[in-house]
Amino acid sequence: MMTKWMLGAGFAALVLSPLAVAEPTDREVQQAMKRDFHAKGQAGMDRLEQDAVQRVCTATNGKPPEALAKSLEADQFKTIPFPTGSLIGNWKNGAKIAWGGRGMQWHEDPKKPSDGGCYNCHEASPLRPSAGTIGPSLKGFGKVRGSSPEMQKYVYGKIYNAKAYNLCSDMPRFGHTGSLTDAQIRDLVAYLLDPTSPVNK
Amino acid sequence: MRVSGSGVPLLAVLALAAAPSAAQDSQFAKYQKMTAEGSPVELFELAGEDLWKKKQGPKKASLEKCDLGKGPGVLKGAYAALPRYFKDVDRVMDAETRMLHCMMTLQGRDRKEALKRPFGNADKPSEMEYLSAYVAGQSRGHKLNPGTSHAKEKESYALGKKLFYVRTGLWDFSCTSCHGVEGKRIRMSELPVLSNPKAARPLMATWPAYRVSNSTFKTMQWRINNCYRQMRTPEPNFGSEVVNAVNMFLTVTAKGETYRGPGTKR
Repeated sequence: MMTKWMLGAGFAALVLSPLAVAEPTDREVQQAMKRDFHAKGQAGMDRLEQDAVQRVCTATNGKPPEALAKSLEADQFKTIPFPTGSLIGNWKNGAKIAWGGRGMQWHEDPKKPSDGGCYNCHEASPLRPSAGTIGPSLKGFGKVRGSSPEMQKYVYGKIYNAKAYNLCSDMPRFGHTGSLTDAQIRDLVAYLLDPTSPVNK
Repeated sequence: MRVSGSGVPLLAVLALAAAPSAAQDSQFAKYQKMTAEGSPVELFELAGEDLWKKKQGPKKASLEKCDLGKGPGVLKGAYAALPRYFKDVDRVMDAETRMLHCMMTLQGRDRKEALKRPFGNADKPSEMEYLSAYVAGQSRGHKLNPGTSHAKEKESYALGKKLFYVRTGLWDFSCTSCHGVEGKRIRMSELPVLSNPKAARPLMATWPAYRVSNSTFKTMQWRINNCYRQMRTPEPNFGSEVVNAVNMFLTVTAKGETYRGPGTKR
C-alpha cells in the first residue's frame, strides 16, 4: 500500500515538476532589474524606480480598475504647473521639437535640450509623411478644435503629463520627467494649435 | 552569394579583423566596397571563424574548445539550441554570454578586457559580433530549440515574459509600448508583436544580423540593449540574467522555426 502511494506521489511530482516554476512576482522582477542594470551617462538607476503609475499599469497590463485610474489620474493632474496667459509659443520651434527623436538617452549630452519624438508615434503635418502610427493622427488638430484657452490648457497638460488624462497611455510624461521645458511645450502647443502651423494647413 | 571565387575579400577581412586600429581607414574603405559588392554577412562569418581559431589571452588559447551546449568545439546546431542551462556555471546563457565565459575560462581573459567593446560600429566592429556571425552561421537549417526543461530555463523564460510587460524608465515604456499591438509603426519601421509566434519566428530565425542602417553586424545582446536605451532606462549588463531572460522569452516564442541567419536588416 505504502509503496503504491509513494509511487503515485513520485509520479505526480514528476509530471508536475515542469510546472513547478512559479511566475516571478513584480517585486522579484524589480529586484532582478536593479541587480542587472547599471547607471550610464544621464540614465541613473533611479529611472528603474517604478512610481504608482508604472506599478499599477504593469500589474494590470494597462487596464486598471476605473476608480483607481481616476484617483491616480487626479494625482498626476496636480503635478502640472499650468502657466497663466497664452500657452501658444513658436510653432516653428515646435516643428523641430516634434520631428526630432533625440534626448534623455544614456549616450546623449544631458546639456542639449531633448526633442519630443512626436513623429515616432503620431502623424501631424502633411509635409512629414514618415510618421509612426502608435498614437492617433494629429493632422489638422487645431483646425478642428480651435485654440481656445481651454484647448491650449488641454494640449499643454497632455504633453506635460499624459498620465493625468489616461493613466496607462503609451505617451511619456514629457514635462513631469523634465524631458521638455515649459517653453518647449508651449512651442508644441503652437505647432498643434496655431492656424499658421503646417499641422493645420 | 559566395565569396570563394576570389581569395581577396577573405584576406582583406582577415586583415581588418587582425588590425583593429592601424590603417583602419583604408581597410574600412576596402571593406565597404566589398560589402557593396557581396554579402556582408558572409564576410563577418569568415572573419569570425578566424577569430574563433585565433590564439588569444593569457592562456594563448583559441575558442575552438568552447562548449556552446553540444560539447567542446561542436558548433553545428549549437546556436539554434541557445539560450540553455549550463551546469558548469549553474545558469542560463545565450551564445554571447557563453562565448564571454569561454574567453574568460579557456583564454584566461579578464571579464573587463573581454567586454571592452561588446558592441561595435561601422568603423570598428566588435570581436563579439564577428564571433556571433560565425557561430550562428553554423546553425543554418537547424530548428530553433532553446532549453525549456531545466528549472532555471523555465525561470528564465518566466522572467523574460514578465520583463516584456514591465513599464519602466524615464518615459514609462515597456517592450509592449512598441511591440504590443499589431500593425503599428515607429516612423516608417514596422513593429512586430514579439509575444506572438507569428512575428517572433521569422525575426529570431534571422538574428544576429547585418544592419544596413548601422553598416555593421549586430547581435541579440545589442538588440535588447538598444531597445532599453530607447526606453530611457539605465544600461542592462551584458550577458546578465535579465537580458538572457528576454532573449529566452523571444526564442522560446519562436521555437521550431528553422534558423536561416545571420540575416540582413534595414
